[in-house]
Amino acid sequence: MSRIQVLLMGYTITEKILRSHIKKKSIKPGDFINAKIDFCLGNDVTAPIAIEEFEKTSAKKVFDKSRIALIPDHFTPAKDMKSANNARMLYEFSKKHDIEHYYEVGRMGIEHALLPELGLVLPGNLVIGADSHTCTYGALGCFSCGVGSTDLAAAFIRGECWFKVPETIKFVYRGKLKKWVSGKDLMLYTIGDIGVDGALYKAMEFRGEAIKALPMDDRFSMCNMAIEAGAKSGIMEPDKTTISYVKQAIRKNKPKRKSFKIYKSDKDAEYAAVKEYDVSKIEPQISLPHLPSNTKPVNRVKNVAIDQVVIGSCTNGRISDLEIAAKILKGKKVKHGVRLIVIPATQAIYSEAVEEGYAKTFVEAGGVFSTPSCGPCLGGHLGILAEGEKCVATTNRNFVGRMGHPKSEVYLASPAVAAASAVRGRIAHPKEVA
Amino acid sequence: MKYKGRAYKFGNNINTDDIIPAKYLNTKDPQELGRHCLEHADRNFVKKVENGDIIVAGKNFGCGSSREHAPIAIKACGVSCVIAESFARIFYRNAINIGLPIVDSEEAAKNIKLKNLVEVDTKRGIIKNLSKKKEFETEPYPPFIQKIIKKGGLMSYVRR
Repeated sequence: MSRIQVLLMGYTITEKILRSHIKKKSIKPGDFINAKIDFCLGNDVTAPIAIEEFEKTSAKKVFDKSRIALIPDHFTPAKDMKSANNARMLYEFSKKHDIEHYYEVGRMGIEHALLPELGLVLPGNLVIGADSHTCTYGALGCFSCGVGSTDLAAAFIRGECWFKVPETIKFVYRGKLKKWVSGKDLMLYTIGDIGVDGALYKAMEFRGEAIKALPMDDRFSMCNMAIEAGAKSGIMEPDKTTISYVKQAIRKNKPKRKSFKIYKSDKDAEYAAVKEYDVSKIEPQISLPHLPSNTKPVNRVKNVAIDQVVIGSCTNGRISDLEIAAKILKGKKVKHGVRLIVIPATQAIYSEAVEEGYAKTFVEAGGVFSTPSCGPCLGGHLGILAEGEKCVATTNRNFVGRMGHPKSEVYLASPAVAAASAVRGRIAHPKEVA
Repeated sequence: MKYKGRAYKFGNNINTDDIIPAKYLNTKDPQELGRHCLEHADRNFVKKVENGDIIVAGKNFGCGSSREHAPIAIKACGVSCVIAESFARIFYRNAINIGLPIVDSEEAAKNIKLKNLVEVDTKRGIIKNLSKKKEFETEPYPPFIQKIIKKGGLMSYVRR
């Protein structure tokens, strides 16, 4: 492609955000760039390696103490001594470098729910995180993607990161959602359609009237799982819903950086592929073991008895997720022999769930209501599966041994399907119990 | 750089939980991570693998989490290089950043069988299956990535 052609070509939202963070005027998929980052984060699993790498260099200070978040959320409250030592490293490093966004247990939340809630990641931003689900913030119209610990260490020093500019696949969702169908179901359906490497190295741009009709919580859960299709990032153009969410987060938490920029894809932007879906035909979905792409409509999965249900995680631990689960569970009991574990993603969500009476509903139904943590999602703690056990989870991965024993099984679904399954003691459609 | 070793075969979508289950993520000690390398995919892998051996896998190797513990575990258990039909992107950059050589070639990955003797020349982008006397050409790393490798990893590169 000639230089003139590149300059005249329309840009996707992803290309525009990346271009605004480099010195060059033009950009095209495949370019390698060093881009300035607006914000970066690490957790108690990934940051200890980053801190160690940082300390091996002669660097004396971090690039900007207000643009780094260190959040011990994976194995916290510390599940054992080694985890406690790792979490301690984050605390010590934050103290030494005066990192402004360190969140201790009690103020902490699952990173990908916490940062948007606090208004620390904003539309138009370029965000990296040493955690694969960093792609969640794309729901705000920013470019965000997961990187490794060494990338984070380099970012601590220079405030930039290397990227290969991704091609974009456009996903257009038309029509109106059926009852009980959520953003999670759309995403499981999409991953089922394109496969776990269907968007490898690419950006997934979600558009269409069905996306515009989704509340923020559902949008986060869709962008969150872009990585499960192999994507570099997931992104949605900001609209009224996004802007009111962001303004409220800023008003409530008064972050230092308050200004943000709205980018939209040009009409003549180039896409690697376009996928269109009529959402009115999509049923609640479930991903069978052991890949997120093994999706089926829930009503076609018969007689799978379960031992555990987990409602939570960076995918589905937000307030509307707990609300729909509580509505289904209200006045009902979790089936004898099934464990229901509900984990709100942040302290604010925890408080709201208590105020709204959802916590009481879960406990009265025979479930537990836990402190925020990634917990069982990655097989860390707070609900590890025994050999042969089956779990319906609102989390994001169902790989072999993900939640415990290599011979246990994880089924991925929405909070509504998870709650209904807890009542029935088997995989169930929400309409069976509502 | 050239790497030579026996091939160990793995299928498609070998994820980071297969490579190093999360229960070991409370440590960052390479030796300890290496002792559990790939145990969800092949329980006896660590017992069988010898220094210099090469992993040969299918599509989307290293998909899942961003844990750098995965390429660290592979390097620490003695594996010299990974060949796959394709790599998941965070795993790809982590491997480059920490200096674990990885090469993608669908043709080579399909041709090479368990225990074949394999030689990889990452600079020239040549994979040789010495057992079958077959040679495969791959795309050399893009210049940007070659610069990182030449510097000895990302940390040395950024401190330039």
